[in-house]
Amino acid sequence: MFMSINLASETIPTLFNLAPLVVFFPVLGLLLNIAFGRRMSERAVGGLASLASGLSFVVAMLLAYALIQHPEGGRVPFADWITIGELSVPWAFRVDTLSVTMMLVVAGVGTLIHIYAIGYMHEDVRHNGDPGSYPRFFIYFNLFIAAMMVLVSADNFLMLFVGWEGVGLCSYLLIGFWFDKGKDGLGNAIAGKKAFVVNRIGDFGLLIALFLMFWAFGSFQFDEVVAQVEQVNQTQPGLLFAIAMFMLLGVTGKSAQIPLYVWLPDAMAGPTPVSALIHAATMVTAGVYLIARSSHLFVLAPEAQTWAGFIGATTALLAALMAMAQFDIKKVLAYSTISQLGFMVAAVGMGAFIAGIFHLITHAFFKALLFLSAGSVIQGLEHGHHHVEHDPKLRKAKQRDHAVVGHAFDPQDMRNMGGLRHRMKTTYYVYLIGGITLAGLPPLAAFWSKDEILAEAQYLNPVVYGMLTIAAFFTAFYVGRQLLMVFFGEPRTEAAAHARENPPVMTYPLIVLAGLSLFGGLLNLPKVYTLTHWLEHAVAVPHHGEFNILVATISTLLALGALALSYEFYARRYQEYLKLPKVKRPVDPLFPVVGPFFKVMQNKFYVDELYHYVIVTPYNHLARFLAEVIDWRFWHDWFHDVLIVGGFNRLSTFLAHPVDLGVIDGTANGLARLTKALSANLRKIETGYVRTYAMYVFLGVVVIVGYLIIR
Amino acid sequence: MVPVYYYIGLSAVLFIIGAMGVLMRRNAIIVFMSVELMLNASNLAFVAFARVHEALSGQIFVFFVITVAAAEVAVGLALIVAIFHQKHTINVDEIRALKG
Repeated sequence: MFMSINLASETIPTLFNLAPLVVFFPVLGLLLNIAFGRRMSERAVGGLASLASGLSFVVAMLLAYALIQHPEGGRVPFADWITIGELSVPWAFRVDTLSVTMMLVVAGVGTLIHIYAIGYMHEDVRHNGDPGSYPRFFIYFNLFIAAMMVLVSADNFLMLFVGWEGVGLCSYLLIGFWFDKGKDGLGNAIAGKKAFVVNRIGDFGLLIALFLMFWAFGSFQFDEVVAQVEQVNQTQPGLLFAIAMFMLLGVTGKSAQIPLYVWLPDAMAGPTPVSALIHAATMVTAGVYLIARSSHLFVLAPEAQTWAGFIGATTALLAALMAMAQFDIKKVLAYSTISQLGFMVAAVGMGAFIAGIFHLITHAFFKALLFLSAGSVIQGLEHGHHHVEHDPKLRKAKQRDHAVVGHAFDPQDMRNMGGLRHRMKTTYYVYLIGGITLAGLPPLAAFWSKDEILAEAQYLNPVVYGMLTIAAFFTAFYVGRQLLMVFFGEPRTEAAAHARENPPVMTYPLIVLAGLSLFGGLLNLPKVYTLTHWLEHAVAVPHHGEFNILVATISTLLALGALALSYEFYARRYQEYLKLPKVKRPVDPLFPVVGPFFKVMQNKFYVDELYHYVIVTPYNHLARFLAEVIDWRFWHDWFHDVLIVGGFNRLSTFLAHPVDLGVIDGTANGLARLTKALSANLRKIETGYVRTYAMYVFLGVVVIVGYLIIR
Repeated sequence: MVPVYYYIGLSAVLFIIGAMGVLMRRNAIIVFMSVELMLNASNLAFVAFARVHEALSGQIFVFFVITVAAAEVAVGLALIVAIFHQKHTINVDEIRALKG
């Protein structure tokens, strides 16, 4: 083993030795911001954080450049970490095509979102009334980049787990960034807690997988596991299945798949750049990366692959349905993210690792773009709202809006938008590009990546292919719905009518991301397959789905059909819908068509409620039982108070009363009383008459003499 | 020669009179005199027995007794005088400061 390290370190190019810097720069950035952030201007804080992330990106570029010459990659030992007996887990960085691809995505998209956040958080901290939190945001952001870099650059599963937990921590911190806001002043904190707890279930799965892995392979290092995986498969095939399934549980937690996806919609409580960076582009794809990284293991556990495929496909389908019935602009994107992650997990689960990673990359581009644009829309609307609030002429109209909506103004509710294409031109165009990319129309990025997944699925698992195709149809429908509700038609509130475009610091990153979304497909065009050839050094069975003209045509036609359908509902019927008196309006134009099923979709198939009744409520009851009965009544009241304190009191009472007061004091007092009684009688002898004393003397003499005589 | 019983008898009578005097009289001076009487009763017994046994030790005891008695009288009378100064009485029944 040590031989191979030495051999490797001799042959790897010197540029590889830069690998630790991808973690070092963000850490340096966050340390500087911790030390000086409060004294620096907002621009300097954000600029420093963006620079740190950008330098990571530069390092990743250099690594990629070095990899062109040495695509087989290498490992860069950095420090000893854990050495217990035979087990040696060094802190080492892995430089291969897969990890560097992830680094490029994380640092590249991350840097753009950092820059965007400079502008966004400037408004957000003021809107939330706490400008002092500005540096804190960028500290967390850099910490996230560092943790994510640890995750993707790890050379062993244990180091990967450190990054895995690190990004989970950052996710928690950033979801609850405004921890005193939200419903009842607790909503955001509860959302953060939910994400943390649900992720913990997944992390438990990953931990078990790691334990089993140690048991089976005696090592955590990727190379050593890969080297032994065939042999273990022959001796203990069940074990590989178990490892893969527990790993899959970890993936469902981190990548928000059924059954653990419930935390991601709530995670939208975080500021929008957080949703873009962590809950769309990078962290949630960690599960996909994990499966791709463990590709050699997964291909030997076909049942686990089937499970992963169906979990991904079901998630993709159900989440797309849920997204169709949401009104919150960010919630739609959240469910869309879950759905797209379903595509990726299904792909990597089935064995289409390249297609999954390809979709991961394009998704990072267009979903970051969509989230950031949504943030731009939200802030545009908030500007409009602010404007209306402070304009006496418009106040009346605003009050009318309130009567219509019937609640406090929600800048994230798509029903409060409409017609924004005139007010926010840049945002409109980039959103349009992002949306059409998500819908999967050629020749945009997601068309190629999604099509590759579908082509592979059709070949690997036809049922999954069917589910994913239906999911793609719904995807295009909710994209169309969102675009039409937000940007088209007439403004439905005064705030929307007075919305305003955001400054260039926010729109330029959007334009870059829009460009990436437009041209990201070039990475892995059919016939050329750049990415496939790039990744084949790091991933098992890098076969690529043959471009299937039938599959592509079907999905394109379905997407166009769905967009047309959404146009019918949300452009044409919406006009009639808005003309109806408010009380007669159904919640959504879709409602008359699908009926009560709309409610089911809107309420996310009642999964949260189900979990609440099946898990949370019994758990709370159990916890309350443990707290009140076991802990309080048994341990505190009975064991502590009655048994220990009561017993001690009784013992001390016994020692004090019968023993001390009774026996010891009794002896002393009794002696005293006896002496007193005796002396009381004896003193009667002492009459004070000399003659009496003399008489005693005589009597004494008589007695003694009498005794002497009689004797 | 007068038999020793007479001496002893006289000595006993004198002793008893002295003892009775000590116990019964209230005047401190009389009590003192009674004590002297008892001492001299014992002196008489000593002398008588010394004659009977023809031993000198009895005679010597008497000298000591006389000496001690003289010393006792000196001290005792001084005390009585002091008490009289203090209490203006020498009635022993009135001097009972040591009553328990």
